[in-house]
Amino acid sequence: MEPISVIRSRTVVLPYDDIDTDQIIPARYLTTTTREGLGDAAFADWRYDEKGQPRPDFELNQPEAQGCAVLVAGNNFGCGSSREHAPWALYDYGIRAVISTEIADIFRSNSLKNGLLPVVVDRDTHAWLLANPGAEVSIDLGECRVGLPNGHEVEFAIDGFSRYCLMNGIDQLGFLLQQEEQIRNFERNRPWQP
Amino acid sequence: MSAKSLFEKVWDDHVVVPESADHPAVLYIDLHLTHEVTSPQAFSVLRERGLPLRRTDLTLATMDHSTPTLPVRSFRDLQVVAEPKAASQIVQFEKNCAEFNVTLHGFDSEHRGIVHVIGPELGATQPGKTIVCGDSHTSTHGAFGALAFGIGTTEVGHVMATQCLLQRRPKTFAVNFEGQLGDGVTAKDMILALIGQIGVGGGVGHVLEYRGSAIAGLDMEQRMTICNMSIEAGARAGMIAPDDTTIEYLAGRPMVPQGAAWDEAVARWRALPSDPGARFDREVTVDVSALRPMVTFGTNPGMVVAIDEAVPERSDPNFRKALDYMGVTAGRPLAGHPVDVVFIGSCTNSRLSDLEQAASVLRGRRVAEGVRMLVVPGSQQVKKAAEARGLDRVFTEAGAEWRESGCSMCLGMNGDTVPSGQLAVSTSNRNFEGRQGQGARTVLASPVTAAASAIAGSVADPRPYLAN
Ligand code: SF4
Repeated sequence: MEPISVIRSRTVVLPYDDIDTDQIIPARYLTTTTREGLGDAAFADWRYDEKGQPRPDFELNQPEAQGCAVLVAGNNFGCGSSREHAPWALYDYGIRAVISTEIADIFRSNSLKNGLLPVVVDRDTHAWLLANPGAEVSIDLGECRVGLPNGHEVEFAIDGFSRYCLMNGIDQLGFLLQQEEQIRNFERNRPWQP
Repeated sequence: MSAKSLFEKVWDDHVVVPESADHPAVLYIDLHLTHEVTSPQAFSVLRERGLPLRRTDLTLATMDHSTPTLPVRSFRDLQVVAEPKAASQIVQFEKNCAEFNVTLHGFDSEHRGIVHVIGPELGATQPGKTIVCGDSHTSTHGAFGALAFGIGTTEVGHVMATQCLLQRRPKTFAVNFEGQLGDGVTAKDMILALIGQIGVGGGVGHVLEYRGSAIAGLDMEQRMTICNMSIEAGARAGMIAPDDTTIEYLAGRPMVPQGAAWDEAVARWRALPSDPGARFDREVTVDVSALRPMVTFGTNPGMVVAIDEAVPERSDPNFRKALDYMGVTAGRPLAGHPVDVVFIGSCTNSRLSDLEQAASVLRGRRVAEGVRMLVVPGSQQVKKAAEARGLDRVFTEAGAEWRESGCSMCLGMNGDTVPSGQLAVSTSNRNFEGRQGQGARTVLASPVTAAASAIAGSVADPRPYLAN
């Protein structure tokens, strides 16, 4: 995983509420057995029609959306299925951070393990971002701040452990493996065995 | 000691290393369920790092998601009925389970089925356990008083390697269902009504505890229907305290403790219910006496009305987009809206009692001309039990298809899909755009409402069809 410190990018805006992981990547792409190469499947049914042609009115298909690494979405992003293919697909497509007013628990947890930064902002900041697609934003993970081009800065919350792992590009399995002795003690001393 | 909730008791019992400023809690997992779709990349991690699967005895595998529901008896059959990538995913899964010594209920097992159906059926799901699976509907197992939640594939790898997960403690949310259900109103209608009330993001960050007189009166299968859809309210888990109903259900199942160990387990389970005075971060009450059969009209489970209630009119663009997608008109009830497909199945409503309810409506009647109806039992055990009661004949004589177990049309990745533009009344849990197939439209409903709609050829109130 590549370490993250600051993400600077123009935004692409998907102003829809409750975007679920079936939209982020439809189930028929889940027969893969690897993590790679899912960028083409990101938002596939919104991006392409049934003949596989790009839908001209979809936000991600606009010329100005190309190369944007920050996705601003409507309220409650990432609900539904636990498929980690959703952050894999967004990351492979080129998205590095998602901004919304609320981000579903499992999607958030999956994103944090894959170098995709979930950023929850207040309603006013969110409204401004929705109204200004293409805004050049800067997300500073060290400072936990989002900077807007109008000079406004807002803080966002992220647990310290995930932040540490993201900033250093390390995965969480290493930490768990180091707990082996405690895990063995727990197994030995618990009053009942599953 | 202060009063504890059911959730707090189970959580506290599984903390290996407490949460600190530096890291989340290390939580021990008692049962890891796994299936073909969300595990391959986790097995790859074990292989890359040269790690064994730490507790094969606490791991249980089956195949359900990309698995076809037409009969498969050999690898040759699989290649004929399954799409090539799905077939190779299934074959890969068999290899992974063999290589890492995981017990797999595959095509040759009479216990194969949807992962959330077979866990309880085998008695692997028990009160007080922590249970995870790379699937959001793991919340189903909370019906037994387990703390059960869905995880991503990276976390599947964590559990395989360490039997633990890094977790922040969620908040708690008490949901009181009070009153008596009317005829034709089911657990499915209760949970849809709750999601309509608190919204699809209403439970984010919380574990729900369902309680109250209406929950006490439900059997285990109905309780599972409720806990199953906790995730549709944004909650990762939903729990119901174990009681006599729970213990009766579990008694004698293949994987429960035997003899003295059973008595000890029961004593432990009896201590799990929330203490009087336990505190919750949030609380709501739903009066179920007033409920009518519920149907969704939009593209998330929170867009729901009673069957005879008009679809609301709202100008917000998200709402309009959903109605356009569905081809539904605001200001009119959904009853009478034409139906192309009816699907009875999924981990929400594919157990024996669900099939019995659907059959009670269909018995001696015919599926309307032009409607395709698919009935898919949740497991091979459910299939066998249903056939022993002749339910399969009720369905096929009515003109429905009767299949092998699996996720089927709940999600479009195993060959069973709803064609673009067609409308399905489905007993599953998600009416997202394209969930049942590209361009498919989904109305979520209970098994009786789905069966009534199949006969009517349009979304229909089940109550006139119920035998007195
Ligand atoms: S039946 Fe549907 S919701 Fe349940 S596990 Fe299968 S795909 Fe998921």
